[in-house]
Amino acid sequence: MNETEEQLRDEEPVELPTGAKRHENGNMRGSAPAHGRDIVARSSAEVIGTSVIERTDADDSLEPEQELMTVNLGPHHPATHGVLRLLVSLQGETVIDLKPIMGYVHTGIEKNCEDKSYWKAIPFVERMDYLSYFFNMQAFCGCVEKMLELEIPPRAKYLRVIHMELNRLHSHLVWLGTSALDLGAMSMFFYCFRDRDRILDLFEMSSGQRMHTRYFQVGGVFEDIPVGFEQKVKAFCAEFPTRVDQFEALLTNNEIFLQRTKGVGIVERERLKALGVTGPLLRAAGEPWDLRKVDPYLAYGDFDFDIPIGTVGDGWDRFRCRIQEMRESVRIIEQAIDGLPEGPVLADDRKIVLPPRHELGTSMEALIHHFKLVTEGFRVPPGECYYPIESPRGELGCFILADGSAKPARVHFRDPSFVNLQSLRDMCVGEYIADMIQNLAMLDPVLGGIDR
Amino acid sequence: MKVEREKIRANLPLDEPDANKSLLVRQMRARDLLRGDIDSADLEKHVEEAVLATRLDKVLNWGRANAIFPATFGLACCAIEMMSVVSPRYDIARFGAEAMRASPRQADMLILSGRVSIKMAPVVRRLYDQMLEPKWVVSMGACSSSGGMFSNYAVVQGADKFLPVDIHVPGCPPRPEALLYGFNKLQRMIMGNPEIGWRTRYSAHGTEEWARDLGKVTDDARDAYAAARDIAEAAGPPASGQPGGPADVPGPPQERVDVPERSKVEEGRFI
Amino acid sequence: MPDAPGLELIRGELNDAHPDAITGSYFEHGSACLICDPVQIRDVLAWLRDTPGQEYTFLASVHGVDYLPAEPRFGVHYELLNMARVERIRVRAALEDPGPDALPEIPTVSDEWPTADHQEREVYDFFGIVFTGHPDLRRILMPEDYVGWPQRRDFPIGGEPVIFTNTERDVPGWYA
Repeated sequence: MNETEEQLRDEEPVELPTGAKRHENGNMRGSAPAHGRDIVARSSAEVIGTSVIERTDADDSLEPEQELMTVNLGPHHPATHGVLRLLVSLQGETVIDLKPIMGYVHTGIEKNCEDKSYWKAIPFVERMDYLSYFFNMQAFCGCVEKMLELEIPPRAKYLRVIHMELNRLHSHLVWLGTSALDLGAMSMFFYCFRDRDRILDLFEMSSGQRMHTRYFQVGGVFEDIPVGFEQKVKAFCAEFPTRVDQFEALLTNNEIFLQRTKGVGIVERERLKALGVTGPLLRAAGEPWDLRKVDPYLAYGDFDFDIPIGTVGDGWDRFRCRIQEMRESVRIIEQAIDGLPEGPVLADDRKIVLPPRHELGTSMEALIHHFKLVTEGFRVPPGECYYPIESPRGELGCFILADGSAKPARVHFRDPSFVNLQSLRDMCVGEYIADMIQNLAMLDPVLGGIDR
Repeated sequence: MKVEREKIRANLPLDEPDANKSLLVRQMRARDLLRGDIDSADLEKHVEEAVLATRLDKVLNWGRANAIFPATFGLACCAIEMMSVVSPRYDIARFGAEAMRASPRQADMLILSGRVSIKMAPVVRRLYDQMLEPKWVVSMGACSSSGGMFSNYAVVQGADKFLPVDIHVPGCPPRPEALLYGFNKLQRMIMGNPEIGWRTRYSAHGTEEWARDLGKVTDDARDAYAAARDIAEAAGPPASGQPGGPADVPGPPQERVDVPERSKVEEGRFI
Repeated sequence: MPDAPGLELIRGELNDAHPDAITGSYFEHGSACLICDPVQIRDVLAWLRDTPGQEYTFLASVHGVDYLPAEPRFGVHYELLNMARVERIRVRAALEDPGPDALPEIPTVSDEWPTADHQEREVYDFFGIVFTGHPDLRRILMPEDYVGWPQRRDFPIGGEPVIFTNTERDVPGWYA
């Protein structure tokens, strides 16, 4: 083992005519040095600055005359959804190998949450996966509520479900607009963003902000919905299925779209599960796995909706799954807004939830609670908890370690895009580079969630 | 307390020393022209004078301002709001800027939408360098203006640290209308009618971070700031577990400076 | 989730199969957790996946936690999921801090569980925990030449202090 290591270190890289370097004997994947420290030294020295990426077994059979071209896509690129950098090793137009490099929008949110009380950490975690901010909030607040064993009132549950499903629609609309834009269908972008603005109007009505509304609180929802919200949501839900019909009319039977997406990017189901992929990607491959149905949380058990499942798992199935999910979300919202129960929107526990403002003038205890909650925050008893929900991209899980103080000791988000991105390589190897753009579009990565 | 406000100049800045007189002359000449009273020599001279260099500059600036090609630099959440500025409701095409160029070589304006992480900062700088003059930078959102809510190890506290920024648009994320307002401000700036800025309007020069001395930019203050920056740079990158920068650098003097009377900074001498 | 008695049953069976692998177990907030010796983590996860009756085939998340000042300092959590019965179990590998000059080590599971590839790199990036046998262990989210392990508890949060001016009162405001 040591000889191979030394060979790898001392060997001069062979200069190919194209300028790509390749180690004669080295196969980085095969050899595993004994001591962990060597991996660090070897990997950082060899990987930085080399233009060849990890060699698979296919590479060993290549002749030096065959040209391997390494292309760097991003981080500034119109078709990567955010600042994702892809190192693609091409032979002609076929992708031989693919390596995503992330971290260009790493914000240190998880570390920053350790510095803030639980209430103040909510705006931070919201900004992770920036298209599904209500889901981020629900994962965090749900985890804290599970640790506090706090029961939220039914009206708050329904309101949370309504906002989350509206957010799912919003996320799928942005996905559809930008993916169609990548594939060349520019007018879809404008249609989808027109409808997205209507959803943002609803968010603005209930919380005052279009995006990143900080509407969910630990214990329920920040504020009750205003007068007129229900009518607006009902009007929206009545009209939205027609819009989805229009989107489908543009794309579903479109010859170009079919040729680009059918049969492209297929990864078999077991491989997807081994890679940890969840969400519409897994459902398009045929696995009936949706946390809203198998493990209902909040009020999802009360509603009647279906989960669209695909058969093959190509780009076409993923597209159809998401379109159908949009229709199902509208069904959920309609049922929720019709059955919205009366009652408070915040839990009663004054040690956790702020008292209503009108009590502050009369009750001393309310004032003291308010003061303690705003300055220090509520304390969570020591423990750990992992709370998964179904976000538009897959399983979004929040892990919190509490040490008994008012600030979390560790917050970690298991982001679905981060794990789903590992399947990009399987989808793209052996196909054309144009299909890689399509695979990336159908994967629906959001770099805020990947990088956190 | 007497508030002195600067006179807001009219929309048509006439830079000539005797603006009024030349305007009168031109008006009379225009009247004669319309009546047909000017003969050929005078007419040629008139036409020549009408197409002065300042007029050409104004036309160029008008063209530049109304046909900006933004380079989309969508980093994070603000990118979504930037996309919705292009969308039909908050149409940026009515201001002529819907041609978003992906390549920096073809773009005029860099809209930094989103948080600039330390890994991304050299990439942004390289993109900015690849843009051709004239170029402008709009820092959209709180994160690229000042680091936003993320005061931590991973986010550059404001794109100002490595790029010259022309317009900062606050918000988290800013509404598309806010971005359009900033964009219009940039257009006015390009056309030569810059806003006078709040510091001039409220005569608040001297409230800058580094100006502690009777509101005037003294050479001492500027030298002290430069020296502090040199110390921070000489300390080098932070070793593992050690914060670099602000903790080691002597901060501005904490004692309260007694300002007897508000004083103005000399015209144009502020950073 | 396996409930508390179910957790003890699993622990007993695991102890029969791999002695001294499990050093502790606890059940809180409705979820079960096994504390494992890091050297035997591959055997524990393989047992949980392959044993008929357990079949936790889906590794949902691999993440690191710094328990400073508690000992052992580091924990690598493996969230396992049984898709058929919708049950989750968490395995926590407890790692000691080997001091300021060395990095804690644990064998990788990325060859058996491909989903752990990027996630172990993230744990390495933020905590400095080396996964021996990982094919490509390098930083994933921080810049490649970054020095330090950011999410350790003793790493400072960073950032800049906000410098306030002290001349606010002299500037005429709307109330003056």
